[in-house]
Amino acid sequence: MRLIKFLAVNLFFYALLKAPGLLAGKPVPSSVITMYMFFIVMTVLLVMTITDEGANGLFAPIRSLLEDPSRALARKVLFVLLPVAAALSVQYLSTDPGPPFELRSAHPAPPGVVRAYGKVYELDGLENPLRALEKENPAAFKELAREGGEVYFRNCFFCHGARLDGRGHYAYAMDPLPMPFTGSDTIAQLKESYLFWRIVKGGPGLPREGGPNISSMPAWENELTEEEVWKVILFLYDYTGNRPRSWKD
Amino acid sequence: MTHRGPLRCLPPTRWLVPVLALLASAALAQDVLAAGPSGYAPAPVLSPGDYPAIRGLSPRLAVWFAAQMHVWFAAFVLAVPIFAVILEFVGVVKKDARYDRVAYEFLRVSITAFSLTAVTGGILLAALIVFYPDLMKYLASIFGPTALFYALFFFFETAALYTYYYGWKRMAEGRLKLLHLAVGIGLNLSGTGLMFVANAWVTFMMTPAGVDAAGAFGGNVWEAVNNHLWSPMNLHRFVANIAYGGSIAGAYAAYRFLGASSEEGRAHYDWMGYTASLIAIGALLPLPFAGYWLTAEIYSFSQQMGITLMGGVFAWLFIVQAVIIGALFLAANYYLWCGFGRGGYGAGYLKYVKYIAVVVAASFLVWFTPHTLILTPSEARAIGGQYHPYLGPLGLMPAKNTAVNMMLLFTFLSFLLYRRAHRRPVVPWVKYGNALQAGLFTAAVANISFLGVYYGYFTNTVYKVASSVPQVATTLFVIVACLVIEWLMARGGRSEDFKWGRMPERSQYALILIAVSFTWLMGLMGFVRSAIRQHWHVYSVMKDASAEAFTPSIAYAAKVVSAGTVVFLAIIVFIFWLGGMGQEKEAGGDG
Repeated sequence: MRLIKFLAVNLFFYALLKAPGLLAGKPVPSSVITMYMFFIVMTVLLVMTITDEGANGLFAPIRSLLEDPSRALARKVLFVLLPVAAALSVQYLSTDPGPPFELRSAHPAPPGVVRAYGKVYELDGLENPLRALEKENPAAFKELAREGGEVYFRNCFFCHGARLDGRGHYAYAMDPLPMPFTGSDTIAQLKESYLFWRIVKGGPGLPREGGPNISSMPAWENELTEEEVWKVILFLYDYTGNRPRSWKD
Repeated sequence: MTHRGPLRCLPPTRWLVPVLALLASAALAQDVLAAGPSGYAPAPVLSPGDYPAIRGLSPRLAVWFAAQMHVWFAAFVLAVPIFAVILEFVGVVKKDARYDRVAYEFLRVSITAFSLTAVTGGILLAALIVFYPDLMKYLASIFGPTALFYALFFFFETAALYTYYYGWKRMAEGRLKLLHLAVGIGLNLSGTGLMFVANAWVTFMMTPAGVDAAGAFGGNVWEAVNNHLWSPMNLHRFVANIAYGGSIAGAYAAYRFLGASSEEGRAHYDWMGYTASLIAIGALLPLPFAGYWLTAEIYSFSQQMGITLMGGVFAWLFIVQAVIIGALFLAANYYLWCGFGRGGYGAGYLKYVKYIAVVVAASFLVWFTPHTLILTPSEARAIGGQYHPYLGPLGLMPAKNTAVNMMLLFTFLSFLLYRRAHRRPVVPWVKYGNALQAGLFTAAVANISFLGVYYGYFTNTVYKVASSVPQVATTLFVIVACLVIEWLMARGGRSEDFKWGRMPERSQYALILIAVSFTWLMGLMGFVRSAIRQHWHVYSVMKDASAEAFTPSIAYAAKVVSAGTVVFLAIIVFIFWLGGMGQEKEAGGDG
């Protein structure tokens, strides 16, 4: 019975992992399910084999099936079924018409220096020159952030959306989808110099490391001034309530 | 057994290497010191033609393999004397010969590895000089004087090691025993000093200091040594070496346990395996925090290196790291759970195991959940991007920090129950003591969760990073407080001796798994640490212009490290076998 318990516990966890996909349409990726299930099965196996009684109870049905002379017929059936199941699995996997996995680096590493606007920017240590106003002159800072908002809605919102959630009008025509700025796991993790690089150089400026860094983001250095770029960065953080990572973090 | 004098015991290859290294370093240091500050040139700008080539041999692979072998052996031989001295000291204080015997046996296992450390170090140095001569010249122009220290430390370490090992039985009583302990401490000091010197060279290549933008050295060697990563790397490697040495020694004990033919032999190696695993896991507990400091310093030195490390191409290896460390924790817990059977009261605690397992496994799953997921296009469409709405938050550091602390806390709980398996407290306030421990655990879980969730997701990044410190403090406080309460409660309690040897054989494979996991982990993460320099020999100062200056694919790196792991472990098994033969010859021991 311990074998049935072992299978039931693992099936329960498998169902739990499939539930978000079946019930909410937000599937847990199969790559993650595979990793999770491997370790869930291992953990359940470990817990059930701590004592000799537990281990014997779990493996007794298998041992009996393999060794008990009275179960020769069941054994023969098993030895036929196992290779057939293996062959069917291989056939299914090799003819699965699904597209391949995509391994994409969402935060590729920035270069050490960026050349734009006739200058050379050392990204390490580069600060938003307008950020100091946040403390020195909050009213002026708010005004700059508002101006950054104007830049955003003239240029960026078509893809990144009115709510900055990466769901603009054109978003669904793109693969990968544009980055959201809301939430605590995108721009909140980054320094402003990183955003400066990504905006100024866009998709064409992405490094080869960690590819494929496919991106439809234009290189905005040809469309926006340096000050407009810094202002739009102020807006992104101000509007979403995020704080940029600082060089002291 | 006949005792021989230490020097007469040494084959010439063992003392010739340090002596020659000492002489060569002295000459090199003299040259460099004589040059003076005005003699320092900028870092050379190289072209592919500056790299000697040997047909059919990949220079990068040769250096990589040699360096990896050297680091594995070095970690083992630096660690074993640390806990050999501690165990010997405990044996002296407790007047228990078992500690002395096991310390000596640990040391015997490492003695062959010491020679191999020197040999692989020599191969590494030769490979570097042959394949990367200009880099070595540049580094020597800065670190020449430190090579003298390296050679001195090496010399003292070798002398101390052989005196310590071969003098073990001769210096077993009275003042000679204390002198023997002092030699052991000297051995550890020189070994640790040796590692610190080598760490200075390695960390300089990542976070150069004391040089200008063109790489011209300013003349202050200490500035170059005490670069941004030197201290965090020293701490991380020191602690990690102890954990690694413990794991290899534990695997040795497991190997001997499985081959033991008598009850006495099984009992001895069971105890040895338990002691070694305790050392490994004890050192593993603070390791994530030392690693966190190291990583934070990398990020603070260079955003590019930091993001390459954890947000870019190498982030996937951190997922592999989490998987391996999680497997290691599961194995350690399993070993403790199986150990409940050694004590008379253990059966009563088995019912808690499944709850601990759920927490450890859940924390483990959170730890290795990637932020950027591997998705099929159809999954990406359904999710609406690269980040999963439910799993996305688990991919961030606050979730990882919370999970690690939970895993540590509940592994400690396994240990606490394991101790209770043979000891029943009888103090009048036992109920209050248990309630206090339960309260501490509950408060710690609540505090760690609150810090992780609130400060991790609902405040800005400054607090997000800072909240990891009180999380760690909470975990460490609960561990120390519970140990103190446990000690007070155990006084005068009923205890049964552990029945050493009463362990299922499958538990020993957990010890072997811990050693394999550690080896693999060191290889993978060592590659990451080195590779985040990308196309630089010395980051931002001296470019790598060789044909192999590109970052290899993760698959390639994993294959190289895995092949190295297999080769290293094969040699280690051979060393175990030799160690067993030595013991049989010496004492007719169990085998």
